[in-house]
Amino acid sequence: MNLESGKLDRREAIRMVFAAAATISVLNQQSFGATPLPAQPYGTDALLRKDYKPGDFWPLTLSDEQKVTTRALADLILPEDDTSVAASKVGVVDFIDEWISAPYELQQTDRKRVLDGLRWLEAESRKRFLKTFADLNRTDQSSIADDICNLGSARSEFKIPAEFFAAFRNLTAGGYYATQKGWKDIGYVGNVVLFQFPGPPRTVLEKLGLEKN
Amino acid sequence: MPIITSSKSKISYDVIVVGSGAAGSQTAYTLTMGGAKVLMLEAGRDYDPVKETPMFQTNAQAPLAASNTPDKHFGFHDATVDGGWRVPNEPYYVKRAGQSGWQEGTDWIAPGSNQNWMWWRSRMLGGRTNHWGRISLRMGPYDFKPRSRDGLGLDWPINYSDLAPYYDKVELLIGVYGSNEGMENTPDSSPGTLLEPPKPHAHELYSKKMCASLGIPFMPIHRAVLSVKQDHVNAPAKLHPGNERAQKIIAKHMQLRAACFWATPCGRGCSTRANYQSTTVHLPPALETGNLDIVPNAMVREVTTNGAGKATGIIYIDKISGQEVSAKGRIIVLAASGCESARILLNSQSKLFPNGLGNSSGKVGRYLMDTVGASVSGQIPALENLPPHNTDGAGTHYYAPWWLYKEQLAGKLNFARGYHIEPGGGRDMPGMGIAEDVAKITGGGYGKKFKEDMRRYYGSFVNYDGRGEMIPNENSYCEIDPERKDKWGIPVLRFHFQWSDHEINQAAHMHKTFKDMIGAMGGRVTSVVETDGRKAIYPPGAIIHEVGTTCIGADPKNSVLNLWCQAWDVNNLYVTDGGPFVSNADKNPTLSIMALAWRSADHMLDELKKGNI
Repeated sequence: MNLESGKLDRREAIRMVFAAAATISVLNQQSFGATPLPAQPYGTDALLRKDYKPGDFWPLTLSDEQKVTTRALADLILPEDDTSVAASKVGVVDFIDEWISAPYELQQTDRKRVLDGLRWLEAESRKRFLKTFADLNRTDQSSIADDICNLGSARSEFKIPAEFFAAFRNLTAGGYYATQKGWKDIGYVGNVVLFQFPGPPRTVLEKLGLEKN
Repeated sequence: MPIITSSKSKISYDVIVVGSGAAGSQTAYTLTMGGAKVLMLEAGRDYDPVKETPMFQTNAQAPLAASNTPDKHFGFHDATVDGGWRVPNEPYYVKRAGQSGWQEGTDWIAPGSNQNWMWWRSRMLGGRTNHWGRISLRMGPYDFKPRSRDGLGLDWPINYSDLAPYYDKVELLIGVYGSNEGMENTPDSSPGTLLEPPKPHAHELYSKKMCASLGIPFMPIHRAVLSVKQDHVNAPAKLHPGNERAQKIIAKHMQLRAACFWATPCGRGCSTRANYQSTTVHLPPALETGNLDIVPNAMVREVTTNGAGKATGIIYIDKISGQEVSAKGRIIVLAASGCESARILLNSQSKLFPNGLGNSSGKVGRYLMDTVGASVSGQIPALENLPPHNTDGAGTHYYAPWWLYKEQLAGKLNFARGYHIEPGGGRDMPGMGIAEDVAKITGGGYGKKFKEDMRRYYGSFVNYDGRGEMIPNENSYCEIDPERKDKWGIPVLRFHFQWSDHEINQAAHMHKTFKDMIGAMGGRVTSVVETDGRKAIYPPGAIIHEVGTTCIGADPKNSVLNLWCQAWDVNNLYVTDGGPFVSNADKNPTLSIMALAWRSADHMLDELKKGNI
């Protein structure tokens, strides 16, 4: 996947048209994810030394409407702040699309949870504010999110949406902090050549009350 | 690499080696450096880590952020090719808790797996050495004589002193960092053998400081990674005394290996040859001798024998053509992994050997062992908001060897054997679980506060993994399934397995200890602490320390191999993988497999010279 670039090339555009067509049949099902996707696993011997992007192995399947909701929720979970950009700016929407479109059991379970959750979110948004979730202001979005953002303390009628929110947050953060911008935000400074392993810096040792070794 | 196809192989070889992992490659290395002509058969494809290893690839560049899938059980960038908990077209059969009959082994994370044995295989040149953990601990004197010490399990027919010179040689050859600490039953290496250990990580140092009050002794671990370049001037003569050609070849290859540059996880393999995998360390010099032919995609079915009861060669299936191929050798070495070697022996049936080759004792397949594993995770407030610093490179730097020998011998513990502790933590490349960990502490949340939480808690999580000794028992074994075959028409294995109370109680002890450690560090436990060891212990096979099944012994009536890993029944047949093990100390087995294989290969060279074989 290539989370960094938000660019849409011709190949991807064609793929999205195909994916959108595939999604219609999925959306018509009683339960999301009940129909097998036209997706193949990447197999036990994929080329590893390569830079992949969403859609390289299997078609993406989120509808345009689902993408709009996904973008709004991902950016509510990881908004722009003084340190770093919002989730959608590093390709998290495509990453979530790749995830829930994947042909593996775990991802198929997440697919049902995410698609059901997005639908619940839109219904709840219309019920409370007569608008789509993406069109709500941050305060109104938060009033829904506050009810479902803590799985342990969510009220019983919000348990299932709270499970969705937790899964969605895991995907959003997993995709976000996998990128270089995410690394910079969280303070991951590895994946670089060192000629010697320096051990923890003095500031770290002092903070932990450890003598310098 | 000059890898050949079956049609290019010679009529006959001095030795045929089945398998190209730690055992097969060490055996072939020693034999070819000693002048023997060797054919190596590997069931998987050719593999070149120098060209194929994804060294600096990021999670964001892989599908699903490189997370585990049924195709890549340890994540997209893991070195394992065509393998894992299941291998396409090569099933094995297990019992599942709550279900009757035999079931095909699948994936241990699959819901409801509950398998009585998990069998990790790698179908590729170099086998499991391409991705292994590189932890290289010597077995100690107690570990060779456990029955004499506490009355349980089996004694080896050799002592630590028999293997010590070979531990030195293997460590010198492959490159192992670590230190000599003089700990009980945790042997020191000879001076000049180990490479300088890397400095500990913050969480390792903090574990050491805060857990000292519990008596837990953290110290440098030993791992097969070049923390510095090898001593190509002095080491070759120690490895191959009197053999100038071998010295010259290994000196050259030591110079070709780079020192670790402290980045990219070892489990991906290493294109600069800085860590040990057979494909970068054993096989290049062995091939350079001109004495080694390697045929990949060669799925071995059986060892052939003649009317005099000698092994004559191997029949394998060339997976490319599907043809059956026969290869001849004066000596046959099985190094295909404990269970796979047992499978080949049990499938080598003839009039003279109706129960399988080398199986007059009935012990082939018996005493299957894994390592006891259990883990507890926690979050340490002292580690929150640490200044960003780089903790990549060469995995674990510290560990705690077993520290309660005296208490155990005095009967103060309800289990007989020890375990060591591997601490996990640090500021690794972020993975998919990163938000879930934080949610365990904060409950979840979102928005700017969630981003602040992510920064605050990143690097503050630790986990402690216990790796403990299993005692061999009569209820744990593999056998041939009488009905089922793999794609190649070869009968497959099915598994019987039971832990004893010793392993169960040990796992419970691990959980309690790790909980106490996290407490001593002022932290909170974030996983479930079990008091019932049955719930704490990892599924059998999950640690991938598959040993036993072709036991070594002093008596042909109750063992398969003699002290040279040579079959009692057939003197030109050897098994040099984990199969000979009759105890499985908490010391991860790969280093011992290689030391045993070197010793065994020296014996083969002697016997060939003397004309005894």
